[in-house]
Amino acid sequence: MIIAEQKTLAEIQEMVAPYRKILLVGCGTCMTFCSAGGPEEVNKLADALVAENKDMVVDKTTTPRQCAEKFIDRLKDKVGDHEAILSMACGNGVQAVASRFPDKPVLPALNTQFIGVEQEKGVWTENCLACGDCILWRTGGVCPVTRCAKSLLNGACGGASEGSCEVSKDRPCAWQEIYHALKRLNMLHYLKGKPQVKDWPIHPGRVVREDLREIKAT
Amino acid sequence: MSFRQALESGKFLVTAEVGPGKGTDVEHLLKDAQIIKDRVDAINVTDLQSSVMRLGSMAVCHMLTDMGIDPVFQVTCRDRNRLALQSDLLSGWALGIRNVLALTGDHPTMGDHPRAKPVFDLDSVTLLEVIGKLNSGLDMSGNELKGSPDLLPGAVVNPGADNEAALDLQIIKMEKKIEAGAKFFQTQGVYDLDAFEKFMKRVEGLNTKVLVGIILLKSVGMARYMNKNVAGVFVPEPLIQELKKAEDKAQASMNIAIRLIKGAKDLCDGVHIMALGWESKIPPIMDEIGL
Repeated sequence: MIIAEQKTLAEIQEMVAPYRKILLVGCGTCMTFCSAGGPEEVNKLADALVAENKDMVVDKTTTPRQCAEKFIDRLKDKVGDHEAILSMACGNGVQAVASRFPDKPVLPALNTQFIGVEQEKGVWTENCLACGDCILWRTGGVCPVTRCAKSLLNGACGGASEGSCEVSKDRPCAWQEIYHALKRLNMLHYLKGKPQVKDWPIHPGRVVREDLREIKAT
Repeated sequence: MSFRQALESGKFLVTAEVGPGKGTDVEHLLKDAQIIKDRVDAINVTDLQSSVMRLGSMAVCHMLTDMGIDPVFQVTCRDRNRLALQSDLLSGWALGIRNVLALTGDHPTMGDHPRAKPVFDLDSVTLLEVIGKLNSGLDMSGNELKGSPDLLPGAVVNPGADNEAALDLQIIKMEKKIEAGAKFFQTQGVYDLDAFEKFMKRVEGLNTKVLVGIILLKSVGMARYMNKNVAGVFVPEPLIQELKKAEDKAQASMNIAIRLIKGAKDLCDGVHIMALGWESKIPPIMDEIGL
């Protein structure tokens, strides 16, 4: 899932300062699971904003996903005369909502961090950079593009110390993790494969599936 | 004799290294290089060592060639993508640089611009492959070069990796580097000869030259700092105590280096001395060893 963190109240205050009536929208999937922008966080943020701005009206709602048209559509009757929408979605959701309601300022209440998992209660770690060319079959299910700080594809650098990455002690060396995983799977020979150079994706990404496209009338 | 000729001659190789500073002042660095000029086969010039922004390696390598020194151009993958790396390799050759040390490079977080965007478009292995390709007259995309270099590629290895996985990974990568064209290896600083001997046993079948890295211990504080902060470098406590007790610290440091080099001499093909400003100690060390 996508992991995000709420912005500081000070920054959110700066964004909402020009408005007196806002719609605060939570997101029911990733943002709920990572405790950044679900119904509970919507309530807390609304209370905090009203406490700081006595004359501000903050109406609340949560939609199952802010990144899918059919769920964004559910907001259309709620947007009404709100001067701005404060979104507790990831950056993807914020932009999808902004594109659906082009005449309303749509403000991000969160900082989107990464695609990852909850490693332990209250700790999330990044697992996928969405690089467009998955090599996990060769690396024992551990992604070096994401989990090696240097995204090295051809083995460890010399910077690891006691199993930790040189960038910080709380990040394990991904290549040592790959080594252990491949060893467990009797696949250590994968480490000796032909050196790889990455073809980096061109941003912004675009996926086209001709088989799913609607055939345009000629 | 050029570094390449020295390497091919089979003699025991001696290299040293200088690190450009922050700013344009090169007076000390060139003086240091002058002191050792006639005693070493090559002098490495570091590339923004420890990810600290400094004067560049290529410019200083060029200055060394003007002094009749054969430099080893250290090139990391931290700050340049494949376009810039290839261009700098060609530029270095055009300026008289003949040897390149291909390194991954430290992460920017280690240095004084910690939130700089890390590049790492290539890594040490694929950089070596690219050097070979440029030497063959082609760029990475297969386009023909009009005039091509003949760079001597080298690489690094860390024999002091601190666990089995880390050491296996180092050796697997060393094999890949040889496959990718590395003709010599300079190691991370070595203080434990037993561990180094074990390492050399494991790589003895590999067709390459290994220069043992020797970092002069300038103080007890430096030894402790390296033990805590420099991956793969471990100064055993007895050496630290020897330095601590000595009245003449510089002499004690030289004695330690002399012992280490004497002990490593028959295990490998050369020594890479990192003197960190103590270049004047290199000639007496070499005299003592008979190099």
